[in-house]
Amino acid sequence: MDNGTGIGARVKRKEDHRFLTGKGNYTDDINLPKQTYAYFVRSPHAHATINKIGTSKARNMPGVVGIFTGEDVAATKLGGLICGWMIHSKDGSPMKAGPHPILALGKVRYVGDHVAVVIAETREQAKAAAAAVEVDYGVLPHVVDVADAMGHKAQIHDVAPDNRVYNWSIGDEAATDAAFKRAKHITKIDLVNNRLIPNAMEPRAAIGCYDTGAEHYTLYTTSQNPHVARLVISAFHGLAPEHKLRVIAPDVGGGFGSKIFIYAEEVVCVWASRFVGGRPVKWTAERTESFLADAHGRDHVTHAEMATDADGKIIGFKVHTKAAMGAYLSTFSSCVPTYLYATLLSGQYNIPNIYAEVDALYTNTAPVDAYRGAGRPEATYVVERIVETAARELKMDPAEFRRKNFVTQFPHQTPVIMCYDAGDYAATLDKALEIADVKGFAARKAASAAKGNYRGLGYSAYIEACGIAPSAAVGSLGAGVGLWESAEVRVNPVGTVEILTGSHSHGQGHETTFAQLVSDRLGIDINNVSIVHGDTDKVQFGMGTYGSRSGAVGMTAISKALDKIEAKAKRIAAAVMESSPDDVEFKNGTFTVKGTDKKMAFGEVALSAYVAHKFNSAQVEPGLKESAFHDPSNFVFPAGVHIAEVEIDGDTGVTTVVNYTAVDDFGNVINPMIVEGQVHGGITQGIGQALAEGAVYDKESGQLLTGSYMDYQMPRAADVPSYKLGFTCTPCPSNPLGMKGCGEAGAIASPAAVMNAVTDALGVVDVPMPATPHVVWKYMQHLKKAAE
Amino acid sequence: MENFNYYRPASVDDAVKAAKAKPDAKYMSGGMTLIPTMKQGLASPSDIIDLGALKNSGIAVGATVVIKAGTTHAEVASSADVKKAIPALAALAGGIGDPHVRHKGTIGGSVANNDPAADYPSACLGLGATIHTNARKIKAEDFFTGMFSTALEDGEVITAIEFPIPKKAGYAKFPNPASRYAMVGVFAADTAEGPRVAVTGAGAGVFRASALESALGKGFAAGSLTGAAVPAKGLNSDLHASAEYRAHLITVMAKRAVDAAK
Repeated sequence: MDNGTGIGARVKRKEDHRFLTGKGNYTDDINLPKQTYAYFVRSPHAHATINKIGTSKARNMPGVVGIFTGEDVAATKLGGLICGWMIHSKDGSPMKAGPHPILALGKVRYVGDHVAVVIAETREQAKAAAAAVEVDYGVLPHVVDVADAMGHKAQIHDVAPDNRVYNWSIGDEAATDAAFKRAKHITKIDLVNNRLIPNAMEPRAAIGCYDTGAEHYTLYTTSQNPHVARLVISAFHGLAPEHKLRVIAPDVGGGFGSKIFIYAEEVVCVWASRFVGGRPVKWTAERTESFLADAHGRDHVTHAEMATDADGKIIGFKVHTKAAMGAYLSTFSSCVPTYLYATLLSGQYNIPNIYAEVDALYTNTAPVDAYRGAGRPEATYVVERIVETAARELKMDPAEFRRKNFVTQFPHQTPVIMCYDAGDYAATLDKALEIADVKGFAARKAASAAKGNYRGLGYSAYIEACGIAPSAAVGSLGAGVGLWESAEVRVNPVGTVEILTGSHSHGQGHETTFAQLVSDRLGIDINNVSIVHGDTDKVQFGMGTYGSRSGAVGMTAISKALDKIEAKAKRIAAAVMESSPDDVEFKNGTFTVKGTDKKMAFGEVALSAYVAHKFNSAQVEPGLKESAFHDPSNFVFPAGVHIAEVEIDGDTGVTTVVNYTAVDDFGNVINPMIVEGQVHGGITQGIGQALAEGAVYDKESGQLLTGSYMDYQMPRAADVPSYKLGFTCTPCPSNPLGMKGCGEAGAIASPAAVMNAVTDALGVVDVPMPATPHVVWKYMQHLKKAAE
Repeated sequence: MENFNYYRPASVDDAVKAAKAKPDAKYMSGGMTLIPTMKQGLASPSDIIDLGALKNSGIAVGATVVIKAGTTHAEVASSADVKKAIPALAALAGGIGDPHVRHKGTIGGSVANNDPAADYPSACLGLGATIHTNARKIKAEDFFTGMFSTALEDGEVITAIEFPIPKKAGYAKFPNPASRYAMVGVFAADTAEGPRVAVTGAGAGVFRASALESALGKGFAAGSLTGAAVPAKGLNSDLHASAEYRAHLITVMAKRAVDAAK
């Protein structure tokens, strides 16, 4: 509808007023009567046996209500944390998942591992008593670098004597080897995808409470998917059956993946409440705990080779990756470097032969799991860095080398599972070349050189698979759950609408975007639409928000439920207006009867549905409420071309991203302002990975050296340029709204674009991320010495 | 953060008395370093003596620039008098921390804390300032004695810093990419007694770079520094920068400071 709030309108975010005025309701804002506070005793060692835990001194500290260790947890038969995606090795054996108790049993495996919990009247008392818990550790050898983990003397789990979780492969090895044999040129590259720490603005938090009368648990928590949390805590930990456990994820301040997972601390809070007399147990992570114990992202070491023929066509691609899993397998960790990674190794290119092998390895570090993009940034990094390198080696223009190899016919079946449904990669490239003024680059480079600086240009033609995901497909690949989404549309008697969604907003703006769809479809004021999410007692079931799925999957479920609402409302309108439902039309919020002047507003029909005076309730049920589940038939495939232009200070090695162009094809867009915001945030995160962020564990001590903002560099507003955005559109054929997804694209595309620009500027094959001034300076020194 | 006793004395004498009565007391003059340190559990003083009620702020410019200890960085940065007399000092103050820090943190607090990566110590040493305390006057050379340590005696409190006015001076900072403290900060001044170059962030504490000072003896111009260098030995080496990189940056920042000098 054309009211300025429908599909395609730049509606300001409805939720922002409460967030910006400090009136959001985050988990830590919630305080319950008789609440207690939890503080965790964490391992100071990277790898050690626990010989003894002495709690008697701590128990006598002021305010202590309870102290629990792994043995207490085990005594109640509470199950350990799980990894919900089974990966089989090439030889057919299942992945080697070591036990992950919610409080350590016998051994700790990384600095920050959860050893015991102290519950006290105040947070300070809990913290003080935690410091008095005496743990006798037997320090063991450790390994923190994934490159060293295979067969290291530090054996982290008994089930994996060589530290290898799985050795997985995809693609046709023999065919790929054959392609390499007939290649005219082979390009080789070694890449490290640096470990990142998620840094959501709101740290993780939980309040667990046990109602001793109803024998019912409630968990307030910072979750991207409260229903999955309830399912796992119920079915796998065995805390309580689902109808005896309510999970509420209220306002959540960012997740980037890190709040998908079911963590020990949250489970401990809800479990322990029962053992402190049903008093609520609250825990809010300190920022240091977030650094130490949130699931980290990336951490790959990769060798890749690309074969091209005499015509400059890519004929084969081989990849071997070592992927760090950390000390334990986090909830979805196993699928990240496999099905979310290697299935995207075809990029935007028609590559007939691909073979990839992945060794997932335990390390004595925080677990690694999905982080904005999850596997797809890693894939894009490998593909786009080697494509750029191949073009340089072949003395071809990197843009034209890409164009020559683009997929142009759709659908396109890649050799690595994915079937691309729609796209026009040349169109995005053309638009990006124009916006970035690539023609003027040579002059800008010369101007930089005159100042003693180095300027470089880098491309990243990314593709991602999101809208996660068709249930049967992911089930066949080992997923423990289906990845459909649900929606319920409740029309109130006065014509206002509540939408219950199984997706979850933690910054994405669903309260606005989803309402725009409803406003558009029902012809009602956007302020008459509320979006309800994040509470298992309100929303029946859902799979949550990650993998850029809430638009393509979640909104499609809403759209299907709205179809049902419209159909039923037509039957009611027909009855009231004494005509046939087939003759009722609905447009701009009004029901009309074909060929007559009879009409009813949406609100009138809603009221009639509940008053139920004017239709036969035996034929049409009263009420106006419908639900739908939507299971997508395919992934969606956003794609685009990003171009980064950097200038490197020839004296200091400081890299400045001076221009950044992003042209994306997200299919149809509901709210361009929100989409642009997602792109801005994603690109900034990717620039952060390329130039600033990197988690560093000390090889010798196993300690996290980048454990605070004093040492872990987040990108700041002043570190990034004003982005130049453009959009192309090939509507997605697999959902009725034609939407793809935009939440991760920026973070997927930008590291490769920036690093291609940095290596272009310096004339080298690779500079490791993060390309901090110190790193870049070292590479400049090398060049300067070579020049002398 | 551990619990502590809090005092807010109205006079310097009361402050000193309170400090001397408690062996584990700490002065607080803005608290922009102290409070975060306490929150992280790195410091847990029994008593905090907040100097905020002394109302000891203000700037007097005559033959020298005298800045009272309780003057905030924002006041120094925006002072027309300082901008005219020693523009580099105002610019330095305007680049400390962030707006919150600049409106709470004070020159006395910063100088007394002597963080090896703080900005002000380089201006003190680079300009040859004198530190006034409740008991005496201390030359900058004698004041900064090492990492987080100064010549201040127990209970002694800074009342003002007095800066001689140079012919020209400049400050150039290369911030630590994560913390934004100076990884290398160079204050270069052309003074009555010759060129002075003070370096912060690169070593265990602020120091004068004699090699650069003698190079500038040929003329106070960036070109004079070509080929001049501070040896890497003894400089900090960490996650963010090796000693060699810091040594390199000292010369680069010194050139930029001299270029910016006015």
